[in-house]
Amino acid sequence: MKIDKWMIVGISAVIIGAGFWTAKYFYKAEEVAAVESVAKEEPAVFVRPHSPRMGNANSKVTVVEFLDPECESCRAVYPEVKKIIQEFDVQLVVRYAPYHHNSVFAVKILHAAMKQNKYWETLGVLFESQPEWGSHHAPQPEKIWDHLPKAGVNVEQIRSEMNDPATFDLIELDKEDGAKLGVNGTPTFFVNGKPLENLGMDYLRQAIKTEVEATK
Amino acid sequence: MIWNLIFGSWLVAAVSTAGSLFFSEVMMYPPCVLCWYQRICMYPLVVILMTGLFPADKNVVRFSLPLAGVGWLIAFYHNLLYYKILPESVAPCRAGISCTTVHIEWLGFITIPFLSLVAFSIIISLLIIVRRKLSHEN
Repeated sequence: MKIDKWMIVGISAVIIGAGFWTAKYFYKAEEVAAVESVAKEEPAVFVRPHSPRMGNANSKVTVVEFLDPECESCRAVYPEVKKIIQEFDVQLVVRYAPYHHNSVFAVKILHAAMKQNKYWETLGVLFESQPEWGSHHAPQPEKIWDHLPKAGVNVEQIRSEMNDPATFDLIELDKEDGAKLGVNGTPTFFVNGKPLENLGMDYLRQAIKTEVEATK
Repeated sequence: MIWNLIFGSWLVAAVSTAGSLFFSEVMMYPPCVLCWYQRICMYPLVVILMTGLFPADKNVVRFSLPLAGVGWLIAFYHNLLYYKILPESVAPCRAGISCTTVHIEWLGFITIPFLSLVAFSIIISLLIIVRRKLSHEN
């Protein structure tokens, strides 16, 4: 009798677990299908003319990263992402998903730096100094100014150009595109329009490898 | 019979737990503050009720009913906010995730707080039946 009861509970638990994983499987599959249909209808949703690009512009593989300069995980993966982009000789496109208090402030600085052709240097400096200016408990965005000279930019010019209304528009467009693509966390990667389902550098490497081989 | 009733309430708690994890971990809906309080009451029920099944222990009602009751009250309050019976300005979540953001609405009225209220109600009903049966026995 006792064994029967254990079995009933055990089988119920297995059914609940199996139900969870099956539902997850179908939900994820549907999510991927939704992104693919958005991508088909509106390919521009991944890359806009204003989007910063890095790496081989002629590559058939494009990695789109939705990031936030104030996000710790984005900071953590950035060096590895750069390495992977170089390793496979593909293109990286940056889009924004500003979730924190000073994200927009940082993006404005980035886009002012872009006009001086110092975008990537500035992004590197922002990520490097992020613990100082972007602590979520005590954010001190003004500290960015102390670190900016390291990017080799004209800081005064950035101060005067960072409030360009065009930057607001591009952030809004990135947010809209992100919403269409189901982005709800940073960093979120798409490799040739396919969402990277498991966040991790090995997964990213694998996804790029698959695409590189498929487009050969 | 008592075992079946406790098992039934365990089943509801387990399905609710799995469901709520599905909403947050798979569908990526961020849980609001009130949802967290309800989770605090629901998740332990899975373990407590299961403990009461092996061997069947009538005392489990004493330990699980208060937890389910607290969960029910929070769920009830959440539903009042959700269905705008209480004005939204009373909602405690001004920063972060709003407690009145509607994520799902099946058949026009089944929402996440509604599911929570139903789950707590079923668990409480089953446990009360167990308690009644026990007092009859005594």
